[in-house]
Amino acid sequence: MDWGAIIQNLFRGFIGEPFIYFSLAAMGLNMHYGYTGLLNFGQAVFMAAGAYGLSMAVVTLGLNFWWGLLLGIVVFPLLLALIMGVPTLRLRADYLAIVTIAASEMFRIIARSPSLDRWTGSSDGLTAFANRFYDFNPFDKQKRYFFGLFIGNQMWVVLIGWIVLSTVALIVWMTMRSPWGRVLRAIREDEDAARSLGKNAYWFKMQALMIGGMFGALGGMFRAIGTQSAQPQNFITDVTFFAWVALILGGAARVGGPIAGAAILYGILNFTDVFLRQLVENGYMPEVIMDGTQVGQVRFMMIGLGLILLAIYRPQGIFGTKEEMALDER
Amino acid sequence: MNAEPSTAQELFDGVPYEPGAAKNDPILVADNVRRAFGGLVAVDVEHLEVQRGAITALIGPNGAGKTTFFNLLTNFDEPDTGDRLFEGNDLSGVSAYKVANLGMVRTFQLTKSLSKMTVIDNMRLGGTEQAGESFFRALLPFLWRRQEAEITERADALLERFKLSHMRDEFAGTLSGGQRKLLEMARALMVRPNIVMLDEPMAGVNPALKQSLLDHVKGLRDEGMTVLFVEHDMDMVQEISDWVVVMAEGRIIAEGPPESISSNQAVVDAYLGSHHDSALDLEAD
Repeated sequence: MDWGAIIQNLFRGFIGEPFIYFSLAAMGLNMHYGYTGLLNFGQAVFMAAGAYGLSMAVVTLGLNFWWGLLLGIVVFPLLLALIMGVPTLRLRADYLAIVTIAASEMFRIIARSPSLDRWTGSSDGLTAFANRFYDFNPFDKQKRYFFGLFIGNQMWVVLIGWIVLSTVALIVWMTMRSPWGRVLRAIREDEDAARSLGKNAYWFKMQALMIGGMFGALGGMFRAIGTQSAQPQNFITDVTFFAWVALILGGAARVGGPIAGAAILYGILNFTDVFLRQLVENGYMPEVIMDGTQVGQVRFMMIGLGLILLAIYRPQGIFGTKEEMALDER
Repeated sequence: MNAEPSTAQELFDGVPYEPGAAKNDPILVADNVRRAFGGLVAVDVEHLEVQRGAITALIGPNGAGKTTFFNLLTNFDEPDTGDRLFEGNDLSGVSAYKVANLGMVRTFQLTKSLSKMTVIDNMRLGGTEQAGESFFRALLPFLWRRQEAEITERADALLERFKLSHMRDEFAGTLSGGQRKLLEMARALMVRPNIVMLDEPMAGVNPALKQSLLDHVKGLRDEGMTVLFVEHDMDMVQEISDWVVVMAEGRIIAEGPPESISSNQAVVDAYLGSHHDSALDLEAD
């Protein structure tokens, strides 16, 4: 058993690239669901907006990297939020859920359509659009950094990711302590009450959808930059539900909830992956139970089991409080 | 309305006791307001004026269309036809939240206290024109900190008046039913309304709290606010209302001071059926 590799993978899960993508996406969901009560089951489409905003700007339109950032972080997600929000935010929460899940699938299927090859690169996606990002990389590509966890390029992505993550967390923390955040929470509790006190619930929900979508787009963009590719299969519905798992695991309506949730989710995924693989390789695991090719599935089964246990014993998530949870039942 | 009268009867001098009577100084006027749900005409009100500075009760048997009419008056529902004028502003096509900003604030039959927010946050929410309710300004606390302090001060004063100060930092979800009614009323006052619309303020309130709730409603009038409430509780109607509007089957069938209502034949018929011929005993409700 190579315990060094196991521990190293565990920590890469805690703080590495997938942790950054998914905690950003989950922070967006937290803005939607945790604070405003919007059910967004299509966070993947906001992530795709970030990834394709940047890559299409650079590869398809030949704009420079900075215009790509603007398109991916601001323009695409805002347009998406408007398209999905205008028809649904006046209606009950369920309608947004339906529209978001449909939009995320539509986008993925359209993006991989061969007839759009010239624009989206169809199922191969777009590549090599983030060279400008790596031009600024101060780390040596050959060396390993941060206790040997990341090689140069990864270290650069992860470092910028941490900075962006902290900034987003700070924004969430500050706005949620402000009157703006108070209105969002009031809308989550009871939209009509907020309206009766003169708050334009529709517009506040739209703002939350836009801002949470922009956080998601940042997550998707980091994923695209980290792998230098934007591909339709990176934004399947599973991606949305991973972000949801991170949010529920950590606890909704808490600034740190989605961050802790994403860290734990990827910590466990990475740990079980290497741990199980080593068990199989070293012959500790009887073949009747599982073989090497089943590791991938078994670790998701274990995550599922963990979630069931969480739902039973700690439904409020790691950061939530039981008292607050209990108020729902009154 | 500067003195401290226990009633505001003099405001109704010369107003006839008949449905649709014109008031001396109406704050809210409804004209030909009609709302149907499929084939059922829930509300069909020809004309109603609500007197400024008085407490008006809207009563009627179950299914009379009181709550529907109430929702139409507060713009939480749109009528099929008809106009509503509030302080001269036509409410047609105006969003419900804008009505609140015009100075009309309502409460709900099923109290809408925001459970997972503290009592003081519930109150602060009622403050209007808050600079910090813009996303970008929210990130710059120095732009709204002073206003927040003012709002908090006003909220604390109201909590004191409504005897909720001890619950200030508790989640509103932990309040009792009666306390929630009080909180909702106090929160409505944060908007600084001209008219307060109360939808069954006494529903689910224990008798001990009723008297204090009644006093609070009278207090609103004594401060110059107009109050319109929907109620089943006849004690409350008798005790605090200056004017009573009776609805049945979607129409207004009678208007007048509370004393005049119990002997009104149309009202007796509506409540008890038209074959009944004795006076309605409101005290025995």
